[in-house]
Amino acid sequence: MPVSPRRSMVLGTVAVALVLGACGGDGDDEAGESANTVTVRGCNPQAAFVPANSNEVCSGDILDQVFSYLVRYDAETGQPENEIAADITSEDSKTWTITLQDGWTFHDGSPVIAQSFVDAWNWAAFGGNATLNSYFFEPIQGYADVQGQFDEETGEYTEGSAAAETMSGLQVVDDLTFTVTLSQPESQFPMRLGYTAFAPLPESFYDDPEAYGQHPIGTGPFEFESWEPNIDVRLAAYPDYNGEVKPSIDGAVYRIYENDDAAYNDLQANQLDIMPLLPTSALAGDTYKIDLGDRFLRRETGVFETITFAAATAVDPRIRQAISMSINRQEIIDTIFAGARVPATGWVSPVVPEAQDDACGVYCTYDPTAAQELYAETAGIEEPLELTYNADSDHKAWVDAVCNNIQTTLEIPCVGIPVVDLATFRDLVTNRELGGIFRTGWQMDYPSLENFLVPIFATGASANDGDFSNDDFDRLVGEAAAATGEEGVALYHEAESLLAEFMPAIPLWHRVNIAGYSTHVENVRLTVFQTVDLLSVTTTG
Amino acid sequence: MTRYVVQRLGQMVPVVIGTTFLIYALVWSLPGDPFAAKCGDRPCPPTYVARMTAEYNLDDPLPLAYLQYMGNLFTGDFGQTFAGVPIADELLQRYPITLKLTVLAILVELVIGVAAGVLAGIRRGGFLDNLVLVSTLVVVSIPVFVLGMLAQVTFGVRLGWFPVTSDGTLYSLVLPAIVLGSLSLAFVARLVRANLVENLRTDYVRTAVAKGLTRQRVIGVHTLRNSLIPVVTFVGADFGGLLGGAVVVEGIFNIPGVGNMIFRGINAHEGATVTAAVTVLVLVFLFVNLLVDLLYAVLDPRIRHV
Repeated sequence: MPVSPRRSMVLGTVAVALVLGACGGDGDDEAGESANTVTVRGCNPQAAFVPANSNEVCSGDILDQVFSYLVRYDAETGQPENEIAADITSEDSKTWTITLQDGWTFHDGSPVIAQSFVDAWNWAAFGGNATLNSYFFEPIQGYADVQGQFDEETGEYTEGSAAAETMSGLQVVDDLTFTVTLSQPESQFPMRLGYTAFAPLPESFYDDPEAYGQHPIGTGPFEFESWEPNIDVRLAAYPDYNGEVKPSIDGAVYRIYENDDAAYNDLQANQLDIMPLLPTSALAGDTYKIDLGDRFLRRETGVFETITFAAATAVDPRIRQAISMSINRQEIIDTIFAGARVPATGWVSPVVPEAQDDACGVYCTYDPTAAQELYAETAGIEEPLELTYNADSDHKAWVDAVCNNIQTTLEIPCVGIPVVDLATFRDLVTNRELGGIFRTGWQMDYPSLENFLVPIFATGASANDGDFSNDDFDRLVGEAAAATGEEGVALYHEAESLLAEFMPAIPLWHRVNIAGYSTHVENVRLTVFQTVDLLSVTTTG
Repeated sequence: MTRYVVQRLGQMVPVVIGTTFLIYALVWSLPGDPFAAKCGDRPCPPTYVARMTAEYNLDDPLPLAYLQYMGNLFTGDFGQTFAGVPIADELLQRYPITLKLTVLAILVELVIGVAAGVLAGIRRGGFLDNLVLVSTLVVVSIPVFVLGMLAQVTFGVRLGWFPVTSDGTLYSLVLPAIVLGSLSLAFVARLVRANLVENLRTDYVRTAVAKGLTRQRVIGVHTLRNSLIPVVTFVGADFGGLLGGAVVVEGIFNIPGVGNMIFRGINAHEGATVTAAVTVLVLVFLFVNLLVDLLYAVLDPRIRHV
């Protein structure tokens, strides 16, 4: 058949389309997966894999597998234990001497020495590097000197504007010893040393931090193998890992999902092994129990939700207490969260080893009669109560329920005010443009009493959104920081109990993670940080 | 012909500049500081905010920031996402995937849609005709995300015929492509049927039949070709729609395409990312439309571009 020019063009178009469609055929298939690796739900990291810049779960999950830190938190109890550190001691809670165990190596073979920590922390704190986690180094002496200036005009960092390049509080004694001097005493300082920001870094990092961020070299049980953006991150067990418990799996693949439901469907079809947090749709009506049988686990976490009073709202603490008593926490949890929360009885998460029970006492217990009586003693509030929240997450249902509770019990008109997204919402909160009451949340950095109290309620603290200021509280947490052991814990407890008198924020509930896993894996455990404990996971072959 | 093409290409310049400026301005004017939520429930360190503000020229007035952005764009520098990944790399990785998905969807809608339309058209009022009418009505009335989730659970999770989510193979794109193309498939089937029915009544068809041509030749060559002109118009316009509409389907099937990138960029207030991705989208759309206009002349010799 002779082909006319016209026809050849049509045919050509079709051919191009076919080729375009077919060129995906050479894509690698998943058949190469070894039987002893597990797949875990991952997400797109919001920053490259540099510990000092990792402040969210997507990159944190992976860095926590790639790194071992000075201390590790027991997966069950959250209690810190020495890992790379052999000993962390202090006479006065101000100058800490940290000695390291011999024998730890980075994945590139170089040894982990005192310098690895000191240099990494100095790099993270240095103003010119503008890291996201720099505030974790604020307690260390000399932090202010390394901040330096940013040019107002160009926004560029002014070279040499910092008084010092390194923090004076960090001193290397010998290869395995260094000292940390804090600007004020802090008895719970060692608790925080297992957080991502305090990771040691190898020499090679400083040559090219950007390249390092694409392929981090750590000290932990798993080596970073590859990162294909938007597809997956592959980890392999590190043969020279120095920890006591060696992983029993050969490696792990963090498959990146943008969508919870897609991941959950893969889990049901056994194409994904571990999903640390099941989506709301699977929790509703306990669907996951039907889908997964007994292949799920529950884990309390350090994520805590509160309602904060704007500084000018209900200044009389009795009104605040009455509002707190009118909220039926358990009923809201049962009906809205399908049990994925536990009611809060204080301001510290139960995953913190020294958390006390019932710091809030009657004021966090649902008691409509007592609430009404207490409210009747006060002058009351004139205006309707506005409860502001960010509408880009699942908050509307519980906000409406809480408002409904308040309205029914105290007859204060209460309305939920949605704000379009978290960025806009936090902007309003930070600039103190919100009145009434608003949603606040706190995700702990490390399981310590201090982390739930000081950053949120100390005068002028970074997350003190309600501008709470109380001399007694400040004094108590100050003394607690200086005291050691039991004494310090008791003082923190006292400070927490003091909050019940003023109720700067109403404790609502703590999040419970419900994780699911496939038939391919067993012994799945979650850490206090909601990450998978890959050291305990085994495969069924 | 050449003059026509050059003219059309010239028209693209203001369109591209206009759209990019609009998108850039809209994303940056979203309320809220993009770095307000980066550190969860507390403000980010001032050094970090200062560095990011400088890097994305957020302090400058909008027209100046836009000019700086376009200047970089023309030198081939697409900038970085907030996560520090070069945007050009993201585009290069994601566009082929979305294009594959879209082309597959178009193949689905063309092959099945035209076949269904022809079958329905030549036996008007028959069983097949009614079947096509009813089934396309069903498809049109179900939203894509319902169809997508339904298909995923049924064919992926329960029956196991297809991978549940994308695993990088072409095969894993087939189910999403069918879902994505289904709505347009219904339109194509109905368009073809309506045109075919109309054209079968025309004089030249009657002449062809009277001349003794076979039924296949009458329908396949003389009628179908004329009936395809509106279909080509539709598919051309639909190409852009499918590219953009892939956001939903990409989300359901976890396909790392450009839809996801735009969605995430808007959420994170990343003006540079969104503008770059959409600019390419606009370019693809314009070129496909040019191609469609050129195809008219091929299908219908009476149409001439001078």
